[in-house]
Amino acid sequence: MWRFISIRLLQAIPVILAVITVTFFLVRVAPGGPFDSEKAVIPEVKAALEAQYRLDLPLYQQYVAYLGDLAQGELGPSFKYPGRSVNELIGAGLPVTAELGLYALFVALCLGGVAGVIAALKPNTPQDYIPMSAAMIGICMPTFLLGPLLVLLFGIHLDWLPVSGWGDIPGDKILPSFTLGAAYAAYIARLGRAGMLEVMSQDYIRTARAKGLPQWQVVIKHALRGGMIPVVSFLGPAFAGLLAGSFVVETIFQIPGLGRFYVQAAFNRDYTMILGTTVFLSTLIVLFNLLSDILAAWMNPRLRAQYGSD
Amino acid sequence: MTAETTITDISMAEHGTSLWQDAWVRLCKNRMALFGLAVLSLFVIVALLTPWIAPYSYETQDLQLGAAPPSAQHWLGTDIFGRDLLTQIMYGGRISLAVGFVATAVALLIGVTWGAIAGYAGGRVDAVMMRLVDILYALPFMIFIVLLMVVFGRNLLLLFLAIGAVEWLTMARIMRGQIQGLRQQEFVEAAVSLGLPPSTIIRRHLIPNALGPIIVYTTLTIPNVMLLEAFLSFLGLGIQPPQTSWGLLISYGAETMEEFPWLLIFPGAALTLTLFALNFLGDGLRDALDVRSSKD
Repeated sequence: MWRFISIRLLQAIPVILAVITVTFFLVRVAPGGPFDSEKAVIPEVKAALEAQYRLDLPLYQQYVAYLGDLAQGELGPSFKYPGRSVNELIGAGLPVTAELGLYALFVALCLGGVAGVIAALKPNTPQDYIPMSAAMIGICMPTFLLGPLLVLLFGIHLDWLPVSGWGDIPGDKILPSFTLGAAYAAYIARLGRAGMLEVMSQDYIRTARAKGLPQWQVVIKHALRGGMIPVVSFLGPAFAGLLAGSFVVETIFQIPGLGRFYVQAAFNRDYTMILGTTVFLSTLIVLFNLLSDILAAWMNPRLRAQYGSD
Repeated sequence: MTAETTITDISMAEHGTSLWQDAWVRLCKNRMALFGLAVLSLFVIVALLTPWIAPYSYETQDLQLGAAPPSAQHWLGTDIFGRDLLTQIMYGGRISLAVGFVATAVALLIGVTWGAIAGYAGGRVDAVMMRLVDILYALPFMIFIVLLMVVFGRNLLLLFLAIGAVEWLTMARIMRGQIQGLRQQEFVEAAVSLGLPPSTIIRRHLIPNALGPIIVYTTLTIPNVMLLEAFLSFLGLGIQPPQTSWGLLISYGAETMEEFPWLLIFPGAALTLTLFALNFLGDGLRDALDVRSSKD
């Protein structure tokens, strides 16, 4: 197990380095310097600004200096808003986005997990078709369409729930969490169904049945663990999707989180802000992929044995 | 006379059903897949013919009319500038479908070539090529596409390339797996001993035999690509006016949905219906061609 973890950790390092390098040089080759737009900046001021942001150095020295900053956890300043740094922005936005993502994941796991298990218990009956059709709708209905539709229905038409904000009015967290979680609930339902179907035909389930265990004990104690492995492996990629979804959901519901800041920085063409946020988010995604792989391996006795024996 | 009949009888008897005929028969039994195929064909035909069959011209505005609900003149209503929504959706569909198909074609071209070469070469070449795919796989591409659109401006060609560059990875993995299985077989050995160059063997013998999974995965990639385009356009980082796409129309519709809900609902329905159709068709094809574990 430890060998598996250390191998995967070592594999993550070149990926993160590649992310940093590609992002850094992409942003640097972007047409137009950051201070070109200001009309008639005095040359001395421009030189001072460039020195402050280290733009006067050759590119490779800038890169090395940036890596040095990153090693100290310094993600860089903003070009557009002097005095603000990427670190501050992340400090302000991350807790909000993390909370939103957590609720969404909770919605997705509860709805999707239950739907998947229910569908798998009686395949090819209405008990299977109904949740799976709902899941198909969830997959085909993009977040940016579902969000406005939910707002239209529950926020405006029925007037049950607040339609924007985060933590201002009670209940304003419900719609965003559900919107973000819905698509993942659908994927989890499909994966969970497939996983459970495979497990339920295994010998050890027949053994459990032969022991005379009731259905619910067979499902919860024996089948669930194996059947949910595909779901757990999906959580890593889902995390990246949740982040991208948070761009949309935070924009729709006007939530002051990381996703909205990122989109705003993209619109303002705030290159350093984009650079810092991209590096941060990417590293986060790579780490989450790693985490979900390790978790899936830990849940899978075959993989555990493979890495544990040698 | 008798001999002739016998020959025809034999040739009739030997005329079995090919893999593709089999698959077609199975696909025809799957109603949802056929429904998907029908919807998709309809949308593609409409998209191709849009300049001739659109009820109004793309630029026609009627500022006095403004946003009007669906009526006999404007079947799906009009937007705030009094432009016919049906016309907008038809032109938007052209772009959305074009992005879906072209970007998938880019992914297909890169992925199939890469996977075929890696699978055929094997050994060290294969290890290096697939390691690269693994590394790229771990990169968070959604964020990279946003970055690319910001850095290089928002143009359609770049969008095709960027999305295509993301989606080829899975294609390469599937292709490599297929080729590895195929290249052990006798007909490939025969082709090698006939002295055919590797490029011919790959093109003539290997790729056609690996077509099933590739077709299935292609059908399932198109909706992903269309979603990605719509996602970017919704955020304002994809298609730019005066061009339009379904994602952009949904984004405009969401801004004014309180007063003019039809501006959100109809473009949304067009996109959702297309994604439905493609997913059903893809699932149907997977069952018909009996492709197992199409992903990874």
